[in-house]
Amino acid sequence: MAIATRPQLSHLRALESEAIHVMREVAAEFERPVLLFSGGKDSIVLLRLAEKAFRPAPFPFPLMHVDTGHNFPEVIEFRDRRVAELGERLIVASVQESIDQGRAVEEQGPRASRNQLQTVTLLDAIAEHGFDAAFGGARRDEERARAKERVFSFRDDFGQWDPKNQRPELWNLYNGRVKKGENVRVFPISNWTELDVWEYIDSEGLEVPSIYFSHERPVFKRDGMLYAWREGTELIEGEEIFSETVRYRTVGDMSCTGGVLSKASSLEQVVLEIAATRITERGETRADDRVSEAAMEDRKKAGYF
Amino acid sequence: MTLDLLRFTTAGAVDDGKSTLIGRLLFDSKQVFEDQLEHVAEASERRGGEGALDLALLTDGLRAEREQGITIDVAYRYFATPKRRFIIADCPGHQQYTRNMVTGASTADLAVVLVDARRGVTEQSKRHAFISALLGIPHIVVAINKMDLVEHSQSRFDELAAEFSAFAEGLDAVTGRRLPETTYMPISALDGDNVVERSAQMPWYQGPALLELLEGVDVAYDHPFDRPARFPVQWVIRPGAGIAAGVNRDAPAGAGAADPDYRGYAGQLASGALRRGDEVAVLPGGGRTRIAAIDTYDGELEEAMAPMSLTLRLEDELDISRGELICRPEEAATVGRELEADVCWMTDRPLRPGERYVLKQTSRMATAIVDRIEDVVDVHTLQRTQPAEELALNDIGRVHLRTSVPLAFDPYTSNRRTGSFILIDQDSNETVGAGLIAAASA
Repeated sequence: MAIATRPQLSHLRALESEAIHVMREVAAEFERPVLLFSGGKDSIVLLRLAEKAFRPAPFPFPLMHVDTGHNFPEVIEFRDRRVAELGERLIVASVQESIDQGRAVEEQGPRASRNQLQTVTLLDAIAEHGFDAAFGGARRDEERARAKERVFSFRDDFGQWDPKNQRPELWNLYNGRVKKGENVRVFPISNWTELDVWEYIDSEGLEVPSIYFSHERPVFKRDGMLYAWREGTELIEGEEIFSETVRYRTVGDMSCTGGVLSKASSLEQVVLEIAATRITERGETRADDRVSEAAMEDRKKAGYF
Repeated sequence: MTLDLLRFTTAGAVDDGKSTLIGRLLFDSKQVFEDQLEHVAEASERRGGEGALDLALLTDGLRAEREQGITIDVAYRYFATPKRRFIIADCPGHQQYTRNMVTGASTADLAVVLVDARRGVTEQSKRHAFISALLGIPHIVVAINKMDLVEHSQSRFDELAAEFSAFAEGLDAVTGRRLPETTYMPISALDGDNVVERSAQMPWYQGPALLELLEGVDVAYDHPFDRPARFPVQWVIRPGAGIAAGVNRDAPAGAGAADPDYRGYAGQLASGALRRGDEVAVLPGGGRTRIAAIDTYDGELEEAMAPMSLTLRLEDELDISRGELICRPEEAATVGRELEADVCWMTDRPLRPGERYVLKQTSRMATAIVDRIEDVVDVHTLQRTQPAEELALNDIGRVHLRTSVPLAFDPYTSNRRTGSFILIDQDSNETVGAGLIAAASA
C-alpha cells in the first residue's frame, strides 16, 4: 500500500481535531456534562463535532436550550428538527417559567429584553440537573473580553467568573477537577473565527436556520440597529415598522439581535460576505455588548454564558 | 481555502511594544474590524492619546488591564493571510507572569521576542528567550524594535544581535536541549517597518519582513512521518455499554444505534502516523495487537497522521482504558514511575519535597510525590543553582518525582505532548505546576 502523497492537514481539520479532543476530555473527566444548544451557528457546529467525537455511540450528555420565549420561530423549528434527526435528548430550560416562579423579574419598557434573565434560568437548570460541565459555542474572536477566556472556564457556586482565577492551559492538558456545586463552561471552538465556522458549515453541508440567509421581514430601526418586529413589541415614539431584506449574523434573543442589510441568500454568499466584512459579528448586531466597554466581562462575572 | 495553521507567541517587556506589534500585524493585514478600531480610537482618546491610534489597545481586553495600561493575561488573536492562518498568544512580559508565558509557549511553533533598540537586551527579553527554548518552541524571531528611535542604525542592530546571540549560546546548558532556530530582524512596530512590508528605511537589511517569515516557516506537524507514533487513548466508544454516568438513557432508539459489539479507542494522535494493519504495543500494560481499522465519522482511513483525532479498532480484545498509550513496539515510549523533570511553579504556596500532587500526562492521571528539588533556575542570571529547598511562584527547577502508577512518556525534548505534564493541587484543584520530563530516573 503505497503512500502517494503526504497531505497537509488544513487549518479547519486541525481546529476540528482539537475541538473533538476537548469534547472527549470533558466526557471522560466530568460526571454530568451538557451541551448548550441554541440553534445558532456555533452550537450547530458543536453538534457536528459531538457526532465526530462520539459516534457510533449516543452522546454521553444531553442537549439543553435556555429558551427566552422570544426566539425566532424559525430557530425553534430548526432546533426541534435537528434534535430529532440526531436522536438525542433535549432539555428546554424556560425563562418564562423562571419568571412565573418568581425566580426572575421581567424587564419593562420598550428596551426590555430577556437576555439577562437567561443567566438565572441557566444557573437554576445547572443546579437542578447537577451538571458539572456545559459545552458552549463561544469563540475568542467574538469579543474583546473573550480573547482571554480559557477553553475550560471555571465558575463558582454562583456561576461567577473571576478573571484572576482561571487555570493555566498548557499543551492540550485540561484540568477539569471541580468540587461539588462547581461547574465549568467548556468552549471547544475557542480558536475558531466566524469565518472558520461558516466554512466548516459549508464543507460539512450543515443546515442552519433560514434567518441566517437574506429574507424579507418587518423591522424597525433603533440605536442604529435593525430589529425584527413581532407581535407585542413596544415601539418608542418616532419608530416605524418597515419591510427590509436582512439576514442575521448571530442568533440571540429577538429583542437584542439586530439584522444586517444583506442579499446573501446562500452559504457561499454568506461566506464571501463575512470574508469581506470589516465589522465584528457582535459589534454589528448585539445590543447587549454595547452597554459599556466591559459589558461582556461584567456579564461573565455574573454567570452569563 | 486550505491553509495550515501557525501558532506563535509574542513576548516582551511592558513597553517593548509587543502589543503595538500585534496591532500592526492585524491592522496591516486588514484583519482588524472597523468597530474594534472605533472602540480603540475612542479609548485612546479618553486616555489622553493624541489622535494616533494606540494599537496596543486592540489586544488589551480586561478592564483592569486597560485601566493599568498593561497586559496581565494571555490574549489570543486570530488572523489569516492567503498563505496561512495564525493564532497569536500574546503573553505578558513581566517576570511575575512567567506562568502565562509558559502557557502561551507550550503550544507555540514560533516565538517573537522583542528587544527595544534603545534599551537593549534586557533581563526580560533573555527570560523570554529562555522560556521559549525550554518549552521547545522550534523557531525564535528576535525582533529588534523601535529602530526608528535609533535612526535605523545598522551598527546598533548588529550590536544587539551579537549580544543576544552570545547570550543564547549559553542557553543549551541550562535548558538541556538544542537551541531553536533563531532569526534577527530590525523592525519598527509603530511605523510598520519590516512588519508586513520591507522597510525602505533599512536597505541594509536583506532578510524577510516578519509576516513573510511567519508565512513561510515550517509548522510543527509538517513532518508527521518522521516521528514515532504516539496515540494516547482518551475515550472508549462502546455503543453497547449504555450504562454510564451522564449517558441519556431515554434517548430514542435512533441515537447511535450501531453494532453493540463495536469497541473503538478514541483519541488524538500526539505525533507520527499510523496505518491500518500496523503492529502496535499498548503501554504501560504491554499488550500487543494490530490495528484492524482507523475510524472517523467521515469513514475509515488507510492511514492517519498527527494531529488528527480518530478512533482505532484493534484486532485483539485487549482491555484498554483511557490513559494508555498506543505506539509501535520498535519505537516504544519509556515506561516508568520515577522521573526527572523541569517544573514551572505556578501558585503562591511553594513546592516542597514530600508533597503529593495529582499529575496529568496525556490522558493519564496519577498521584505524584516530589522526592527532591535538584536545582532552581535563577531568574536573573538564568543559571541553575543548587541545592534548592523549594520552588516558589514563577520558579523553574529540576525535580525528582515518583508516581503512583507507571507513565508512558518521552523526554520533552523529543515530544512535547508525551513529555509534558501538569501538577494539580489535590485540595484546591488548582493547576499548580507545568512539567517537562527530562528522563526516567535510575
